[in-house]
Amino acid sequence: MNNSIASAPNQQSQFRQTCSTVWMKCKAFFSGNPPAIIGVSLIMVILLGALFAPILSSHNPDKRVARPHVAPNAEHILGSTRNGRDVFSQVLYGARKTLAVSLFAGIIAMSIAIAVGVTSGYMGGKVDEWMNFATNVFLVFPQLPLLIVLAAFLGQVGSMVIAVLLGFTSWPWGARVIRSQTMAIRNKEFIISAEVMGESKIRIILVEILPNLISIVFGGFLGTVIYAMGAEAALGFLGLGDATEVSWGSMLYWAQVSSSLYTGAWWEMLVPAIALALTGGALALINMSIDQVSNPKLKTGPHLKLWKKMNHETEKRRGLV
Amino acid sequence: METTNTPEVVLSVRNLIKDFSIGKKKTMRAVNEVSFDLCKGEALAIVGESGSGKSTGARVLTRIYDKTGGDIIFKGQPLDEFVKQHGSLEYARQVQMIFQDPFGSLNPVHSIFHHIARPLLIHKRADKKTIEKLVYELLELVGLFPAAETAGKFPHELSGGQRQRVAIARALAVDPEVILADEPISMLDVSVRLGILNLMTDLKDKHGISFMYITHDIATARYFAEKTAVMYVGHMVEWGNSDKVTQTPQHPYTQLLLSAVPEAGQKGRRELGAKKGEIPMWTGDTKGCPFAARCPRALDKCNDSFPGVTQIAEEHFIRCHNI
Ligand SMILES: Nc1ncnc2c1ncn2[C@@H]1O[C@H](COP(=O)(O)OP(=O)(O)O)[C@@H](O)[C@H]1O
Ligand code: SF4
Ligand SMILES: [Mg+2]
Repeated sequence: MNNSIASAPNQQSQFRQTCSTVWMKCKAFFSGNPPAIIGVSLIMVILLGALFAPILSSHNPDKRVARPHVAPNAEHILGSTRNGRDVFSQVLYGARKTLAVSLFAGIIAMSIAIAVGVTSGYMGGKVDEWMNFATNVFLVFPQLPLLIVLAAFLGQVGSMVIAVLLGFTSWPWGARVIRSQTMAIRNKEFIISAEVMGESKIRIILVEILPNLISIVFGGFLGTVIYAMGAEAALGFLGLGDATEVSWGSMLYWAQVSSSLYTGAWWEMLVPAIALALTGGALALINMSIDQVSNPKLKTGPHLKLWKKMNHETEKRRGLV
Repeated sequence: METTNTPEVVLSVRNLIKDFSIGKKKTMRAVNEVSFDLCKGEALAIVGESGSGKSTGARVLTRIYDKTGGDIIFKGQPLDEFVKQHGSLEYARQVQMIFQDPFGSLNPVHSIFHHIARPLLIHKRADKKTIEKLVYELLELVGLFPAAETAGKFPHELSGGQRQRVAIARALAVDPEVILADEPISMLDVSVRLGILNLMTDLKDKHGISFMYITHDIATARYFAEKTAVMYVGHMVEWGNSDKVTQTPQHPYTQLLLSAVPEAGQKGRRELGAKKGEIPMWTGDTKGCPFAARCPRALDKCNDSFPGVTQIAEEHFIRCHNI
């Protein structure tokens, strides 16, 4: 391999190097790390289910295809709802909506968190003061109550509105963790040396600092996704989401409206609930396993501990814990 | 430092002062009234215990920190003027720095190739076609073979000594006039220290690069540098020709430093620590000689004023009331 690097054009060898590094990292990540294997497999299954919903589902999720509250059987393997919808098909299509909302919210939140956190942590001074002020204001924003009020005000809000709202309100804790980590990195000698070298500020942020934050950003992203999933389900359950859309939240809503548990149709309630719990659990497992991989080079462990601590603190402030 | 047969002075510093604000309205003086000249192709060793302001001085010279007072003259021009005329990038190119911690000075997520290629690209000393060849040449120059293989590695795959060589190659990439080396060997295995010193000696002698060599090890100062300056709590207390300063030290602090060094290459700091009196915290208003509390020769006036400069021999200066 050494010889091939020496003779091959640099770009190609660099590419191969990167690929093999990524592969080695993946192997190191999974070997002897059961939470990672379980979490990632579960998420894969759920994602594939959502992706291939049209192929896998047996019925149209929006149409009345059975008598009300049919127990699970060969035709409707997870039974039917009060309105005669096929639960299996609904949970597959619901995965699409729910995952889309939470991933979208996670992406929005982490983008803002990165932009604010890194800029604030790297620039320091007045910029930092102002950004930190804004972060703290958003941090103590009563997020869920706000969403409830807004949803009540607008009647019922569509899932994308919920995603955007969640995204724009759940970035502050991520921004704070990223800020503190950036402040730690910016005093490292490799950053000072890049500055002495004449590297531009924007390149220092994007090329020298950001890649060092990948694990912490990923951890934060997973956290936001879990949170957004819970919030979306909660809003749906309270009937504040758009009940005509099929999502796990709206499934819970209809299950509750039809008192399915009282009438013995447990499947209508339990299926979306279990889907939510499994997905949340799988994401949490992945999050945990990042923690477990002791990577002395990237110091992932402390990142995540710090993140968890600050997340906890934030939730306490919001009165969630 | 006035010398008789002066070669070309590249960087000269006069009465440099650097204050740090600590808390509200309080400042501490990390560097006080420091003056020296750095000549072409010569090394000046700055010797002192940790906390004596050596790194701070170097960081002021690289413009990481702003100076509080005094003058920095680069190639006959005040620093500000030089920067105004040639740009800060040009100054950054000519005055490079090597850091103490070879594990902290390379970015763990980037390959060695990246570390050497960036300065070449920033300062437009290479383009996409020539970059590979230049990077390999630099790695070979600092003794990293085979260069192509090293270039593809990441920092954690190299030893401390190899990393420090990469750091030196990175500094060399921009063809600097001056390299400020901040304790470049203190964190390396004893077995590889000499190799790094010899590499720097090569660069100094063959490439005419001026070095400011910061160290707390007076033996390596004499080995590597033509001139030595001893610092204590931000003050230069004795300086001049390295042989004179290290063989016939006149200042009580230098004498203490030397008595604490059992033999070359070993750390003298611990033994020194045993004798520790109070090391004063210096502010702009503190008066007297910083060494007074620990000095066996202290006089009454040592607490009132910091002594002026006395030339005690050719190329040998000290600041002490009781010579
Ligand atoms: N950024 C800073 N802010 C405040 N004080 C500093 C800073 N950098 C260094 N100091 C203080 O200045 C003094 C000299 O430090 P330094 O230059 O690092 O010494 P040395 O390199 O000789 O060990 C120390 O007392 C240190 O605490
Ligand atoms: S000036 Fe006084 S206190 Fe300072 S070193 Fe000389 S004798 Fe000692
Ligand atoms: Mg230092």
